Amino acid sequence: MLTAVFTAALALLLLGAGGAVLRQNTLVYGGSAAACAVAFLAALLWLLGGGEPERLVLPVGLPWLPVQLRLDALSAFFLLLVDGLGLLASIYALGYGRHEEEPQRVLPFYPAFLAGMNFALLADDAFSFLVAWEFMSLASWLLVLASHRQPETRRAAYIYLVMAAFGTAALILAFGVLAGPEGGYAFEQMRQRPDAFWPATLIAFLALVGAGSKAGLAPLHVWLPLAHPAAPSHVSALMSGAMTKVALYAIIRILFDLLDSVVWWWGLVFLLVGGGSALLGVLFATVQRDLKTLLASSTIENLGVVIAAVGLAIAFKANGLPLLGAVALVAGLFHALNHAVFKGLLFLGAGAVLVATGTRDLERLGGLIHRMPYTALAFLVGCAAIAAIPPLNGFASEWLLFQSVIEGAVLPQWSLQFAVPVVGALLALSAALALAAFVRAFGIAFLGRPRAAETAAAREVEATMRVPMGLLAALAVLIGLVPGLALRVIGPVIEALFGTAAISAAAGRFLWLAPPGRLDVAYSGFGLFAAGAVLLVLTVAVVKRASRTAPRRSAPWDCGFPDPHPATQYSAAGFAQPIRRVFADSVFRAVERVDMPAPGEQRPARLELRFDDRAWTLIYAPITRAVGTVTERLNVLQFLTIRRNLSLMFGALVLLLAIIAVLR
Amino acid sequence: MTLSESTIYDVTHLLDGTVLLLSFALLYQRRLFGVLSAFALQSLVLALAAAWQAFANDAPHLYITAGIALFFKTIIIPLALHRIVVNLGIHREVETALGIGATLIVGASLAALAIVLVLPVTAASVALTRENLALSLSVVLLGLLMMITRRNAVTQVVGFMSLENGLLLAAVGVRGMPFVVEISAAFAVMVAFIIFGVFFFQIRERFDTLDVSYVERFRGERH
Repeated sequence: MLTAVFTAALALLLLGAGGAVLRQNTLVYGGSAAACAVAFLAALLWLLGGGEPERLVLPVGLPWLPVQLRLDALSAFFLLLVDGLGLLASIYALGYGRHEEEPQRVLPFYPAFLAGMNFALLADDAFSFLVAWEFMSLASWLLVLASHRQPETRRAAYIYLVMAAFGTAALILAFGVLAGPEGGYAFEQMRQRPDAFWPATLIAFLALVGAGSKAGLAPLHVWLPLAHPAAPSHVSALMSGAMTKVALYAIIRILFDLLDSVVWWWGLVFLLVGGGSALLGVLFATVQRDLKTLLASSTIENLGVVIAAVGLAIAFKANGLPLLGAVALVAGLFHALNHAVFKGLLFLGAGAVLVATGTRDLERLGGLIHRMPYTALAFLVGCAAIAAIPPLNGFASEWLLFQSVIEGAVLPQWSLQFAVPVVGALLALSAALALAAFVRAFGIAFLGRPRAAETAAAREVEATMRVPMGLLAALAVLIGLVPGLALRVIGPVIEALFGTAAISAAAGRFLWLAPPGRLDVAYSGFGLFAAGAVLLVLTVAVVKRASRTAPRRSAPWDCGFPDPHPATQYSAAGFAQPIRRVFADSVFRAVERVDMPAPGEQRPARLELRFDDRAWTLIYAPITRAVGTVTERLNVLQFLTIRRNLSLMFGALVLLLAIIAVLR
Repeated sequence: MTLSESTIYDVTHLLDGTVLLLSFALLYQRRLFGVLSAFALQSLVLALAAAWQAFANDAPHLYITAGIALFFKTIIIPLALHRIVVNLGIHREVETALGIGATLIVGASLAALAIVLVLPVTAASVALTRENLALSLSVVLLGLLMMITRRNAVTQVVGFMSLENGLLLAAVGVRGMPFVVEISAAFAVMVAFIIFGVFFFQIRERFDTLDVSYVERFRGERH
């Protein structure tokens, strides 16, 4: 199975090289779809078969560290996510790619990006992991630059590059500490090496910072709402749905596999970071005007939710409660899986809207449900799933997570006893705000009347784009109804990380979810759906029977304004205004200014609205300024005379020698 | 003929010490011809040191090193530099960035630093190797010092060559140093000499002087 995945990843790499030469849409995307399908099936079969981890040592790499690959439950689960979404996104791209302005800027890098993610998940030593990780980062950076002619894209790509470099640097240090003074860079050596308290803490936080910046955790999230939307939509779907999961994989791999034990207060930090990211992400999602930026902001929220679950799992595990820890991690992985499904779906839907209308601006959309009924239905399912509406999949995982939050009361540390309910409340608030954000996204874009001419002329997209969206929507419903399917693939991961004793914690009967030993709080999406369906059928039957007259169609009441202008509809900014006002000072730094014309002037009044991220002003702007100042000061050194340059070196040499002389 | 350990030690020490002494001599020369003579003398003593090592340790390949030092560094390079100085008519110009006295004080403390540094670090080695390393490190540091305290390009080149002499001194003194290293060191000096030579003429052609401060002024960095 490992060989199959490895071959598929290698094929993707070759496709990337081929894509640079051939520039054949069908070949590159068709080939990527086939390779992803192979890797997906291999990972799925491996997980269902439940064998021993497979290893492969390649005859390449550093002289003392050959490239080692390994397929175990954790990597197989994440391969499932990456390649499943990769498969559907590649099929989608068969249609979407035809609308690309400069396909040569996408074709070579798309398979390379997929290959990077696959290799990162397979790697079993720090060196090949980091190479694959950088490969993934740089390929996605090039994909972000696909529309490089827009200045904001270049800025987004630059910020992304800086943050990616920063994250990788942190990961390199984390692996460096993990390897220890003997330099055991293979993961197997790291597993066997016990870590002392402070090095282990350093590793945990370097991993949180390094992988967390890729996952978009606050306050390292600033690049994500800029870079994810700038890429072509099928790439955005992969960046949000799959690449953030690779980051999550790195965190789980390091904390639960490579480190031999965890400390309870790491869990506290993870919980707070997760809860904060969730709230911040969803708040930005509620006010965004750009459909894809909105989706990207919501990615920050969902990854925050998952990290909070990881934090709970750490806290439980450190306190010797592996069963509860396993439940929390199941909830986290389940939510990660669901996020890949619905965020992939939503980005593909946003891409369809972009292709059909040429805009991502919510204020120019509207009424698309009549013009693109199929996309609208799929997008609606995605919105309902991400807003955690039962019986869809988003609700199932969030429900499981809240069960773990409630179980947090058994934790012995008082700080955790305070923090867990607070973070639970943050997550609940985020879930509610997510509902608002996605009601707004769907309502403004698909309901009402078109706000611009190109939106009115929109047509449904082609079948290659509709089918992947339909499949993802069906998957969102199916996982919601039968969560046992998802738990079946998560089970082996938990078994591997927490030992066989904890497997019953995976809590899955086939049709319902329940924490271990707590059947009184079981949730069954299927039961809810069946009950709802029965009630619906009954209600319709009763109403039909009770009403005497046949239904009659007529024009709705128009409030006395016949044929109003589309601009009189609820606007996206208007819909978000209450939430924006409440959080204006604390989060958005929103400034509203009314530009009222003087009496007699004929121009319209304008409401100007500006808001930005406090993370910029509080963290990034000072850092940028400091770097600027230091560089300017140091710049003088570049223009020294030869003699002074030599004197500097001479001084440094003498100083170092003197230090040695004194210290000996 | 076999020599006693103490004879080997004494002669080696004498030669190495002389090289260091000539490094100091290089620092207090006020005229370019004096600098060149001191450098030639230093190279000559270096060649002698190499030859002595070859003889004492029965390592014939060091004769080649000695020959290179004698031929290139003692004869060819000083003569060539001499020609340049005469052709350009600049034999008076040793412009110092740091006064001669101050330079000598700094040089003495550098030599002290080298000894303080090397002797404890190499405590496990043979006494001869340790002394040799300390002396060569001093020569290297003094060469560097000469490069940064003299404004004239010719003196900078001589400083560089004297630095190379220090490296070569270390190379011949340490037993088992591969021959390749010495050869390459010699060739590095050759290449550097050629490059510097070309530079001289370039600088001279443009600015009518070898005082590098003119170049600096031309770059717009000094008022």
